[in-house]
Amino acid sequence: MAIFDVPTLKDFLDIPKIQEGAMAHSKPFVASPEHQQKLGFPGELVDGWEDKAIAKFGDLLGRYRSLQVYMDSCVKCGACTDKCHYFLGTGDPKNMPVARQDLMRQVYRRYFTFAGKWFPWLVGAKDMTKKVLDDWYSYFHQCSQCRRCAVYCPYGIDTAEISMAAREIMDSVGQGQKYCNEIIGKVHEKSNNLGLPAKALKATLEDLEEDIEDETGIKVRLPLDVEGADILLVTPSADFVAEPHVDGLIGYAKVFHQAGASWTISSYASEAANFAMFIGSYEQMHDIAERIRKAAQDLGVKRIVVGECGHAWRVAYNFWNTLAGPFDFLDPNYPVPMHICEYTHDLIEEGKLKFDKSANDHMTLTYHDSCNVARASRMGDKPGGQFEFPRDIIKAVCNNYVDMAADTIRESTYCCGGGGGLLTDDLMELRVKGALPRMQALKQVTENNGVTHMAAICAICKSQFAKVMPYYGFEMDGIVSIHQLVSNALIMDGQNTGEDPEEDPAPEKETDKDPKTPEISAAEGP
Amino acid sequence: MTYTLDGATIPADEEGYLSDLSVWNKELAGLIAKDENIEMNDDHWEVVNFLRDYYEEYQIAPAIRVLTKAVKKSLGDDKGNSKYLYELFPYGPAKQACKIAGLPKPTGCI
Repeated sequence: MAIFDVPTLKDFLDIPKIQEGAMAHSKPFVASPEHQQKLGFPGELVDGWEDKAIAKFGDLLGRYRSLQVYMDSCVKCGACTDKCHYFLGTGDPKNMPVARQDLMRQVYRRYFTFAGKWFPWLVGAKDMTKKVLDDWYSYFHQCSQCRRCAVYCPYGIDTAEISMAAREIMDSVGQGQKYCNEIIGKVHEKSNNLGLPAKALKATLEDLEEDIEDETGIKVRLPLDVEGADILLVTPSADFVAEPHVDGLIGYAKVFHQAGASWTISSYASEAANFAMFIGSYEQMHDIAERIRKAAQDLGVKRIVVGECGHAWRVAYNFWNTLAGPFDFLDPNYPVPMHICEYTHDLIEEGKLKFDKSANDHMTLTYHDSCNVARASRMGDKPGGQFEFPRDIIKAVCNNYVDMAADTIRESTYCCGGGGGLLTDDLMELRVKGALPRMQALKQVTENNGVTHMAAICAICKSQFAKVMPYYGFEMDGIVSIHQLVSNALIMDGQNTGEDPEEDPAPEKETDKDPKTPEISAAEGP
Repeated sequence: MTYTLDGATIPADEEGYLSDLSVWNKELAGLIAKDENIEMNDDHWEVVNFLRDYYEEYQIAPAIRVLTKAVKKSLGDDKGNSKYLYELFPYGPAKQACKIAGLPKPTGCI
């Protein structure tokens, strides 16, 4: 592993001094020819790639009007400069969103504007050279496509879309990223990001059924490939194997059980994630989304519920209908698609779930809004539902809840540092440094409010925090799934608890309880 | 990268995961472990052997939960938790132990 300095958490977040080239060395492994070709991309950098890259750029400008607008409309006001977690964590000026955009804009000007074609030196226009490509590869893999900068940009320039376009151009000339492209290949071959075969999935689910029965005395099923089930659950495959994800999956199963729902997981589409969004490939996104439609039709379900996954929810909520729709074969009385938090929230509002909130009394919770849920989707039918639903659920199942600082949550939330296809070991320095703003906000509520655990509803956020929190002196199990909290507190019919459940499951207001002894605490230093 | 064992060059990927699973043997596992700064003892072998058996059966590494349950069964209650596994394999049982066991690198949001 590369050795690097872990940023120190201070009393508040500093805007760092600029360190030119501080992260120029950071680049992920390049995809092998095998991984590239599986997705229909050239195996390696092709001859004449410069012209082909420009041709692809032109194609994208024609396909996506937004890209053209983003290239043209920046006025260099600087509002975005201190909004990116990677800039705040590294000090590298090319991690300022405007500078990241300019890596692409300089090429745009050279080939697609009058001034850049004739007077490139006057307008900062540059030829597409290997040096520029190397910069693209490095710095467009230092953007987690979280869209925080776009919230603050007065023109709404979305660096996520620019970085997706840059990655698509690089893939098209043979320079793809190993992490994303290997995973997309696995989805096509084995139906999920992990490469978990159906036999292993079945064994894993049966094992979880045993665990739940051992713990609660109730036979809770995690059904696989049940034709005629009402609900198809598509969830990130990390939910089947990783911690704390799997505790969330157990929570979904208990909620379905208590609701008396007929539901199933599909071994054909055992993955909610759609990494094709990270590489900007519409074609790949379409193929991955289409699997879910086919699974839903083959199984004859009436509803699709999406598990705790950030970007999967963005793809499902925003793009499924155009990618793989219409979903007119599903029951129109329910949202299409429906988030697992909407599902659980509805049941709580209807008073159908009983909780013993004291089961979570050993924790004081805060909530990390995942970027793709917060800034690119919604839950329920009111604006801001994606912020309220998860908080309502936490407050319905936990007595102790505190929000982090207002400028670090909801639409202003900071990325976990591992989103957008960057959750890979070869980018560990970037991931650790990019987590700085979130860790700073967590430290504040840990010290001031006794927060012990942070909940999230995204598989990437959970894995990223479990990995990077120890760098900042927090325990790796300080990150939890929302449905893990639900699972802890839920009292299923017939379940032996030895205690009386609380009668009122309605969400409560934030409590001002005495802070408890923190189980996680900020470190003295790295 | 590559490993050299008894004069033979054994190919691996950028991070040291074997390119060809079938070339794995105990000596090679010891060599990979050494690169990871791990001195293999019986407890490490218990985990590595379980991973290989599981992979043989299911063509994938087990969930952490499955691994901790298996360790609990064979090594006792006090060792059946992920904290113990992290003591054995500080960079994470899923990835580091898989590498030593000669299995492919786990991918996905993990």
